[in-house]
Amino acid sequence: MTVAYHRKPVLWDVDYDAPPNKLIAIVGPNGAGKSTLIKACLGLVPRASGQVEFWGAPYRKARSRLGYVPQRESVDWDFPVSALDVVCMGRYRRIGWFWPVTRSHKQAALACLDRVGMRDYASRQISQLSGGQQQRVFLARALAQEADLYFMDEPFAGVDAATERAIVGVLRQLRSSGKTVVVVHHDLQTVPEYFDEVILLNMRVVASGPVRDVFTRENLHKTYGGRLTLLSEASEAVARAASGEGPSR
Amino acid sequence: MIAPAAIAEVHDHLPTISEIIETMTFRAGYNTTLVIAGTLLLGVAAGVIGVFALLRKRSLMTDALSHATLPGIAIAFIAASTLGYNGRSLPVLLVGATVSGVLGVVCIQAILRHTRLREDAAIGIVLSVFFGAGVVGLSYIQRNHSAGAAGVNGFIYGQAATMRPSDVALMGGIALIAILSSLLLLKEFSLVCFNDAFARVDGWPVTVIDLLMMGLVVLVTVAGLQAVGLILVVALLIIPPVAARFWTNRLWLLVLLAGAIGGLSGYFGSVVSALLPRQPAGAVIVLSCGVVFSISMVAAPARGVVATSIRRLRLRLRIAGDHLLEAAHEERAPVISRETIVALSRVRGWPAPFRSLMVFLLRRGGLIAKAANEGLRLTEAGVERGARVSRNHALWEQYLVSYADIAPSHVDWSVDQVEHVLSDELIRDLERRLAERAVALPQEPAS
Amino acid sequence: MKFSVASDLFPLLAGVLAALTCGLLGNFLVLRRQSLMGDAISHSVLPGLVIAFLIASTRSPLVMFIGAAVAGMATVILVELVKTLGRVEPGAAMGVVFSVLFALGVLLIEQAAARHVDLDAECVLHGQLESLVWYDAPDSIDALLSFKAFANVPRQIWTLVGMLTASAAFVLLLFKELRLAAFDPAMATTQGFNATVLHYLIMLFVAGATVASFDAVGSILVIAMLVCPAATARLLTDRLGPQIVWSLLIATGTAVGGYAVASIVPAWFGRDAVNAAGSMAVTAGVLLSAAVVFAPRHGLISRVVRRRLLASKVARDDLLATLYRAVEAGGPIAIGQARRLLAGRSPSRVIARAGRLGLVHIDGDVVSLTAAGRAEASEVVRRHRLWEHYLVGEAGLAPDHVHATAEQLEHLDAAPPIGPASDPHGRPIPARDR
Repeated sequence: MTVAYHRKPVLWDVDYDAPPNKLIAIVGPNGAGKSTLIKACLGLVPRASGQVEFWGAPYRKARSRLGYVPQRESVDWDFPVSALDVVCMGRYRRIGWFWPVTRSHKQAALACLDRVGMRDYASRQISQLSGGQQQRVFLARALAQEADLYFMDEPFAGVDAATERAIVGVLRQLRSSGKTVVVVHHDLQTVPEYFDEVILLNMRVVASGPVRDVFTRENLHKTYGGRLTLLSEASEAVARAASGEGPSR
Repeated sequence: MIAPAAIAEVHDHLPTISEIIETMTFRAGYNTTLVIAGTLLLGVAAGVIGVFALLRKRSLMTDALSHATLPGIAIAFIAASTLGYNGRSLPVLLVGATVSGVLGVVCIQAILRHTRLREDAAIGIVLSVFFGAGVVGLSYIQRNHSAGAAGVNGFIYGQAATMRPSDVALMGGIALIAILSSLLLLKEFSLVCFNDAFARVDGWPVTVIDLLMMGLVVLVTVAGLQAVGLILVVALLIIPPVAARFWTNRLWLLVLLAGAIGGLSGYFGSVVSALLPRQPAGAVIVLSCGVVFSISMVAAPARGVVATSIRRLRLRLRIAGDHLLEAAHEERAPVISRETIVALSRVRGWPAPFRSLMVFLLRRGGLIAKAANEGLRLTEAGVERGARVSRNHALWEQYLVSYADIAPSHVDWSVDQVEHVLSDELIRDLERRLAERAVALPQEPAS
Repeated sequence: MKFSVASDLFPLLAGVLAALTCGLLGNFLVLRRQSLMGDAISHSVLPGLVIAFLIASTRSPLVMFIGAAVAGMATVILVELVKTLGRVEPGAAMGVVFSVLFALGVLLIEQAAARHVDLDAECVLHGQLESLVWYDAPDSIDALLSFKAFANVPRQIWTLVGMLTASAAFVLLLFKELRLAAFDPAMATTQGFNATVLHYLIMLFVAGATVASFDAVGSILVIAMLVCPAATARLLTDRLGPQIVWSLLIATGTAVGGYAVASIVPAWFGRDAVNAAGSMAVTAGVLLSAAVVFAPRHGLISRVVRRRLLASKVARDDLLATLYRAVEAGGPIAIGQARRLLAGRSPSRVIARAGRLGLVHIDGDVVSLTAAGRAEASEVVRRHRLWEHYLVGEAGLAPDHVHATAEQLEHLDAAPPIGPASDPHGRPIPARDR
């Protein structure tokens, strides 16, 4: 699959088959296309070519089995809802059109908050939570989706130690209950401790597979050894050509 | 030429008390009562649906939308008159308004999609060009169909007073539909407004929900054209939600409050305009919204300016007080002389009134008391608090030096900011980590 | 419909002057994404005008200007206050402030009307261009040069001339500062040109332009001219200097064209002229749409054309490369085979066009490369194989994966600089033979 963003290819020829029941990290330098990869999997950005299949079915059919934790910065945290309201959003799919959120769904949402250690903060307005707590609320919302495959975009970015422990705990719980989690991750040190599989990404897949096979000094060097300047220039040129704009003056 | 509020029920003298009460309790004649009830409903609808326009950050798009209805009204009038129908029939004009309003929004989207222009320019372009086209149409009507011109011109500034019962019924009906549908779709709308990417992954048709939201905005705008006028109807969509936002952090309460503010303003505006001469309803409605907004922005306890600054000041006072206690504790000086306070103020940049307020609060909190000789002394509680602050300071300092590799000489500055906001949980965590590294911990104050 | 100096000259002139003033200032609003501030100000000067009038009981331009400038500045400051103190989203903050001020203006006008004061809310919106008649208009060149002729020039014209001169001087003197502040306010401030002060200055001029224009052309044209010419110019050029020149040309064209349309078109149908200010706003929209469609670099048509050209180049390249590979594999190929290889891209047309360009030679049923075709084909294949080499060697992709990507990249002008002898599949990379 090749992913283009604003007609500009940012990921070339990604080819990966995720094993079930594993914790998978996507690792790579800034601008490597980590977030774009999971957004492309979830149909949030258009793919230039290629396809994504979940359990052998296209995205549309598998959607109800997917969970998503977006980047924390992607929403306005001044929004007038409480932590519990946000987690309830994960239940909306089950509730369906028009029906209000019933008590049983609230209980389920509270249980999810409990799993991330945030039950005491259920009625707090979300802007009054710390960054790590906000991240845990997002995680709880994904849990409320009761999915089989989770995509998490930088859940560990800028969080405190307590949150990091809570998230890791939840990830392990998910694995032991047979789920698969794909996490965009930026902290190389913790990869071997937290994850089973790793995808090393820098505009293309440098290497992928079990952590102990793939997470080598040599592969990391290849991943972080600078941008492929020629490939990025080619991206720009393809973007310009596709949008029909002439060469920039 | 604003439509004069000159119907039979309007008075030229100051209204008497009984007239006021009659009007306010919906007993001032059939027409007036209908108009009041209609604008009330309209206000509620605009407030409720405005919440979502605000949360989706589309407030000013509604401005372009309402301006863009004018050419539709003009064309509908000309077309209907030319075909021999009554051009002033409200449903016909509102259909025209809806079509051109939607076209305006579509144009904004097209400009954003196909050009490098930003949203502000796109809104400005659509607003002015469509309105210009409307003005051209109006002037054409004025010069060629003089009979109908007055009725159509009224849409610019509103003409609540000349509305017929059937017009009011139409407006109220649309408003009611808008209120009910937005309550029904509260959950879906809030999800899309908060996090549309998540909604899409979760399987919701975000585009459809967005269109529904925009459709309700169009409905309310069009419904409000005749009563409030197309320039000011946008105020009814924007101001109540913004005002309500100062009072609450809960979505359902926000919807409720915005509806109430919009409804009250609509009610109040049409009552005033029915009672007093020369008070165009649209303007009075918007000004009442404005009054509610100003009060909310200043005085609302949740997010109002006064409440926020008091909270901020109190935090600063508490931190300053801590600094004073800490300084007294470290000097082992039971008595704080005036000179100490003044010197500390100079270092910390506390102005004199702030200093006095801080000392007053410390005394009221029982942390310091007047000493025998002019100065102040720490009470027992004050000593303990000073010790605790001083210990937190030391803990954090050691953490920074031993964990974060910050040069000891650089620590003090960052410590000053942090030490007062450390939670108990965090302090315990600090102690644990420092103990692991076998750093000598400062003494726990005896309590 | 004939142009008459007495009744047409000044309305037209007022329209042009207002358009130029607003068009000039609008460039900085559009660049700083503040277009709607112009909208807000032109709505909210209304109460300023009425209050100034009620206080001073005169419509003298100076009083009006002061009233409007105060109201304009108050708008800017209030929006800022609501935004920062109240933590309200910028668009909503603007909407709150200008709609309340406008409502206040409407109410005040209505009150003033009770005292038989001649202020008209509709006039504020669409102006009264048509009323700018030149009494005792000179009928010869000599008369034009006399002092008397100028004595009857309406004061609106003088106000507009003054405002345009002031704005032009402002932009000329502070051009470099304005450009920097529009591009990077933080940088401008660190360089010692306070971006906030510049911002307020621009807003002051916008308020001035609004009040100078309003009783001639109305606020609707002010908004149109603040946004449309600058936005149109922005589609035509990428640099600020030319953009300003373009915006001034477009503003003039808009005013003249709008005026002409307003008086001429209705006459064809035997109707009276329509409102000129509104017609100018519509003309501005028409010019903008034209720019959206026809602009040389950013226009829809030129983008479609370039995309088409690219597509046909891609198809031609693919044909040549196919033929080149066929030669490598053993010999010329049949037309039917070439068509199959180019499936889905109207192969007959591609082949015919390549034949016309002298790149391929069609001999009965067989297509083969001409000498020129071979040179071009080897260049395409060379780029393709160089990219494959790069993708495998440098980017570390699997050799069986890179063909599709290289297929995309081979049509770019650039190719990786490295020059090995063969690609990852072991096929030779053609040498540059030009």
